[in-house]
Amino acid sequence: MSMATDNKVQIEVSNNHTTTENNTTQKRVVYDTKNLNLWYSENHALKDINLEMKENEVTAIIGPSGCGKSTYIKTLNRMVELVPGVSTTGSIAYKGNNILDKAMNVEDLRTRVGMVFQKPNPFPKSIYENVAYGPKIHGIKKKALLDDIVEKSLRGAAIWDEVKDRLNENAYGLSGGQQQRICIARCLAIEPDVILMDEPTSALDPISTLKIEELIKELKQKYTIIIVTHNMQQAARISDRTVFMLNGEVVEFSETDQLFSNPKDKRTEDYITGRFG
Amino acid sequence: MENLEALHENNKMDARVRKNSIWKSIFFLSTLFGLVVLVVLIARVLFQGVSWIDLDFITARLSTNADRAGIMGAILGTVWVMLVVIPVTLIIGVGSAIYLELYSKKGIIRSFIEMNISNLAGVPSIVYGLLGLTVFVRLMDFGNVVLAGGLTLALLVLPILIVSAQEALRAVPGHLSEASYGMGATKWQTIRRIILPAAIPSILTGSILSLSRAIGETAPLTVLGIPALLIPFPGGLFDTFTALPMQIYYWTIDASLVAEYANLAAATIIVLLLILFILNSVAIIIRNKFQQRY
Repeated sequence: MSMATDNKVQIEVSNNHTTTENNTTQKRVVYDTKNLNLWYSENHALKDINLEMKENEVTAIIGPSGCGKSTYIKTLNRMVELVPGVSTTGSIAYKGNNILDKAMNVEDLRTRVGMVFQKPNPFPKSIYENVAYGPKIHGIKKKALLDDIVEKSLRGAAIWDEVKDRLNENAYGLSGGQQQRICIARCLAIEPDVILMDEPTSALDPISTLKIEELIKELKQKYTIIIVTHNMQQAARISDRTVFMLNGEVVEFSETDQLFSNPKDKRTEDYITGRFG
Repeated sequence: MENLEALHENNKMDARVRKNSIWKSIFFLSTLFGLVVLVVLIARVLFQGVSWIDLDFITARLSTNADRAGIMGAILGTVWVMLVVIPVTLIIGVGSAIYLELYSKKGIIRSFIEMNISNLAGVPSIVYGLLGLTVFVRLMDFGNVVLAGGLTLALLVLPILIVSAQEALRAVPGHLSEASYGMGATKWQTIRRIILPAAIPSILTGSILSLSRAIGETAPLTVLGIPALLIPFPGGLFDTFTALPMQIYYWTIDASLVAEYANLAAATIIVLLLILFILNSVAIIIRNKFQQRY
């Protein structure tokens, strides 16, 4: 319990610290990936990835199916290890610490780096219990504190007004878009620094998608967001920088405006103009 | 074009339709066969035994006199044995299933263990009786008491329970545990708060079904040397006992000596069937009540 609160204090302090810094100096690098290679057994899925992701930015990763974008984002919180037979070389520094190091505590990493999945995956519990799950597993038991966190997180995910009167109802009664915002709220409840989103709108209708996109733009004031998307327009609308991946390699990584208006690589141009993928 | 004409003219449509009806009748008759056997069996037992069931028969002690004989002792024996079987199988069975399904790494050793558990589920029950006799009755020197009978039956149904609990755990959608790991939950927290609650309805259904098997088992108990005529009621783990299927077995054998024993056996079968029926209904109710949508 004391550990969890200590962490929170630290995170808040570092957040404040950097927001003041932002006005004057450059944004800090949150993730620094160097020469990352990843294999699923024999299959070489990621090849020599080198990327720097900065804080309070939205970085979008685009590319055709099977290009390794989901694999890469799952490597950033080591969820990729749930697949048997995965091996990696190279390094990913998260705020200076190599997360691929065996000594890295994955549970600790995942409380600092939240994740929102492709398919809305709330637990078969009440809305309240869904959002309170994270704080509870990290040792917060006081009802009043949990109530606060739940409200703050639901407000943060722009769904408080829709669910405040039915917090004790099962989250499965909500629409797909609402469920996905519950999942975002659940993720905010552990006060992460980074939110990883793996195609968060691919299972949603256009209106729900729009709501989530607006939410992402708001969230980047406080969080660093890395989003995998199949939808190039979405990447263009919401991201500051875009990574284009193809066959496990990073083809191009630059400011979103530049990547879409003036791509340097022929393959990027072919992809964004719809010639393949 | 020639081919197409052949398709419409020489297609033996009648023959094909006839063939379909023949196969349908064969499958229907197979189903009917099972049903008829079941109905005959139950009707015969009911006809023979139902008039012998009354409060005295349920509550009285055993007796060689058919008119005074009751099965309370056998009912209590079955209950006591279940009091051993239930906790032992649930704790060891669900524990092994959790380890195999969620903790152990996929590989040769795990497949080897799983293959052997499946094989154990097919071992004849009398072999478990021999095991129980050697280990519990003689080696550990319990004698033919409740504890020995309960442990033997527990071993018998463990493999079935492990396999069904593993299936229940496997059926919990992976995206639920992913969400939990993604928030920094440990494996145990995820199992305890997400996977187990979602799997418990099917685990319970599986356990109740395997327990019904344990209740009906006779062969292993005969090997353990469960007595034919036992007047005192069992009151603890180290008391000798008899159980409902044993009572049916002995009364059926001795029907050549006393004709009424056959009726007593039939009456006992009805009681045993009722208990099994109630247990299965409980399993269905639990399954329907706690089943979750994902």
